[in-house]
Amino acid sequence: MPIEFGIWLFIYGGVYMRVFVIGAGIVGSLIARELSKYDIELHIIEKAPDIGWGVTKANSAIIHGGYDDPPGSVRARFAAYGNKLYDELSKELDFGFKRVGSYVVAFKEEEVSYLKELLVRGEKNGVSNLEILSSAEIRKREPNISDKAIAALWCPTAGITEPWEVAIAAIENAQENGAVVHLGERVTNIIVRNQKVRKIITNKGEYSADIIINAAGLFADEIAKMAGVGDFEIFPRKGEYILLDKKLKGLVNSVIFPTPTKKSKGILVVPTVDGGILLGPNAVDLPKDQKNNVKTTREGLNEVYEKAKKLIPSIDLSLTVKTFAGLRPETKDKDFIIGTTKVWGFVNAAGMRSPGLTAAPAIAKYIVEKVISEDLKINLTKKANFNPYRKKIPHIEEVSLEYWEELVKKDPKFGKTICFCNNVSEGEIVEAIKRGARTLDGVKFRTRASFGRCQGGFCSLKIMEIISRELSIPLEEVKMNYENSKILNGKVRI
Amino acid sequence: MDVLVIGGGAAGLAAAIEAKNMGVKVLLLERDRSTGGVLNQCIHNGFGLHVFKKELTGPEFMEYLWEELGDLDEVIRSNYTVLKIDHINREVFTLSEEGIIVFEPKALIMATGARERSLNSLRIPGARVTGVYTAGVAQKMVNIYNRLPGKRVLIIGSGDIGLIMARRLKIEGMDVVGVVEIMPEPGGLIRNVVQCLEDFNIPLWLSHTVFEIHGNERLEGVTIGKVDENLNMIPGTEKYIKVDTLVASVGLIPQNELIENFVDVDQVNRGPVIDDFMRTSVEWIFAAGNNVAIHDLVDFVYEEGKIAGKFAALYALGEKLPEVKYEFKRGKNVGVMLPQRFTGTQPFKMYLRPRKSMSKSEVIFSGKTIRKFGWKIRPSEMIDLKITNFEQLPKEVIVEVNEIG
Repeated sequence: MPIEFGIWLFIYGGVYMRVFVIGAGIVGSLIARELSKYDIELHIIEKAPDIGWGVTKANSAIIHGGYDDPPGSVRARFAAYGNKLYDELSKELDFGFKRVGSYVVAFKEEEVSYLKELLVRGEKNGVSNLEILSSAEIRKREPNISDKAIAALWCPTAGITEPWEVAIAAIENAQENGAVVHLGERVTNIIVRNQKVRKIITNKGEYSADIIINAAGLFADEIAKMAGVGDFEIFPRKGEYILLDKKLKGLVNSVIFPTPTKKSKGILVVPTVDGGILLGPNAVDLPKDQKNNVKTTREGLNEVYEKAKKLIPSIDLSLTVKTFAGLRPETKDKDFIIGTTKVWGFVNAAGMRSPGLTAAPAIAKYIVEKVISEDLKINLTKKANFNPYRKKIPHIEEVSLEYWEELVKKDPKFGKTICFCNNVSEGEIVEAIKRGARTLDGVKFRTRASFGRCQGGFCSLKIMEIISRELSIPLEEVKMNYENSKILNGKVRI
Repeated sequence: MDVLVIGGGAAGLAAAIEAKNMGVKVLLLERDRSTGGVLNQCIHNGFGLHVFKKELTGPEFMEYLWEELGDLDEVIRSNYTVLKIDHINREVFTLSEEGIIVFEPKALIMATGARERSLNSLRIPGARVTGVYTAGVAQKMVNIYNRLPGKRVLIIGSGDIGLIMARRLKIEGMDVVGVVEIMPEPGGLIRNVVQCLEDFNIPLWLSHTVFEIHGNERLEGVTIGKVDENLNMIPGTEKYIKVDTLVASVGLIPQNELIENFVDVDQVNRGPVIDDFMRTSVEWIFAAGNNVAIHDLVDFVYEEGKIAGKFAALYALGEKLPEVKYEFKRGKNVGVMLPQRFTGTQPFKMYLRPRKSMSKSEVIFSGKTIRKFGWKIRPSEMIDLKITNFEQLPKEVIVEVNEIG
């Protein structure tokens, strides 16, 4: 659909400010939401058909304490502050966030001395209330941790969330405040004149742009190259995961880390927001051209299992719900790339390796308050009528039965269960479609329908019927996610 | 209300029929839009041979049950989901378009059936793509929704629905490449291997499985290969097969999420421990059908439903049912087994699955042979035994299946 630019005339000291965020992952979405507080013309361009389908949808979903990033690194600066911002953010945007705390477990004496180092490092990074616990204390709090553990670093401020929901919530709120979202649109070129951003060209059109925020995740290096500032490279690092059934709720109550190695934070055991248990990730560096390789491997899954079992020996894979792999955007310096470039108006928010999810809210504020306002010296004005709140789609397991009863009275569709494993009603699915879900995955990430133990066996065809009905498209046109992912192949009989 | 039945498949309908015949007030809750469960989509024949002495299709079998039940609207509530069961206060919380309704039945019958094991749970390496469906989903696509899942298909797992679907998809014009089965023997009934595969020239590769799934968005192919006796892949046996559809028939899982936290559960059956009255360890809760253990035939499920219906009704009427006196314990070669307890007050049917195939065998109760089989028995075919004589049985009966001569 062509955008009628004439209707947006936001003037800053005589300048129309058109800001484009490339990428609707967790970083781009939160930047967009932060920008939507100001009187500008704001666009978000995302090549995938939906929000948060890249790095955002497949990671450990942890809000890190912020104790293990090297003091002085860009990562350290943002992680501890980002962590603090999640309380307010989760209230305003109404997404699942639980400060469940984390343990880094040591099995050997030299690991205990590393825990002490981490504690000192954490304090330097501004992380408070870190504590080293004895094996007896660990056992009391998390009885399923291996009895070979001799000490653990306890960080009460670590948390868990659902990153895709954070991104969806942020985009919904940005839209509520006037942002325009372009899904399924791929940036093909960026026009720069006199070392200044001029235009952004996509497979669907071209737009004049004053500021471009490059939050393109794995592909941020390619976007930077288009602007002529491609002085960094993004390498995909694959991590494989095993998700276990919610029946195991309580197996661990907090995030369990091994003592980290130089390469990574190791393979963790994580409670998920809705009660499941997530194991992973391993870390496999892939060649630069494999930014779509999210295949699981036998070796990788075995490694995840073996290492998770060292932390929690009672782990039982017979309750596997699914396995998946995600990619993390790595850079040579293992650090975030944030800030202005030599092209005026082209701003990077790239290289968001761990703890990118944790840091994202802090990065969003930094981009607006420091990079745009101070470095680019743009005098942004706050919107008078900014609405900071977004409400999540209601779910029966998260409210009282009385509340749900009222909801069913207003709309009986909330009384009709579609996904039996996760108790998701037709009302929730219809609401997800109203908010932009177009595919089975779109519905899944917004409602958890088909996310459970039967993996859509009972509900996927019913959800397809609802999508088909709500969008007035034939049943066989309903897709799982991307263009070439149709579920059905025509009629048996006409 | 006296008896509440949860689940409207064959077991639940049979239970409701029998309870109603006993003269009690009965209500059946079905979470789907109509009753019948998996019978709705099983349009092939072979149902009802035991109980109706006829060869029926699934929908026909279901209609027989509807007819027996009489006024469906009086008994059945569809689109009702049970949210939770409070076993102490005997309350059943439900959600429907009427809102939240709490039932307080005198007796409860769990007939919640089974679900299919998803291929995702098997941790097969590779991409997550479309085109991978369980056999039941593929069956629903073709038989209920009138849609095909793809063009060229491999079936993984030779469970009965997998075999049935191999034939079904072939008849409807799909290119059915074959069936891979990780075990050295087929997982479904021999009659289905003959009628669905052999009669249609569909190859069955035993001791084979899928090693890897290929594709980007839609399935493009799979790597299959041979496994050794420990089910580990044998390197060098890999073969790439180009398919756009993979149909998985890799097992059924009894669904007991509503009760498993407070009834005794048999870890082998994956269902509640029951007695010859189909009572669970919680006295007002009965259970019947595939949620108790996976059965081969709907006829047996129907019979169990009737037993549950009868005794739940008697219990609801205030009759004091006899107490459990005997217990079966698994000995050698015994897999799925039900019931696990009995009262010794009535003859009953016992079901067993041997752990391995045996050409000639005997079933032994605490050292005493009670039945000999002169033909081959196998894990995929449930054995049923009529138990009529309880004299001389110890309180704890050790059940064994032994290979002979």
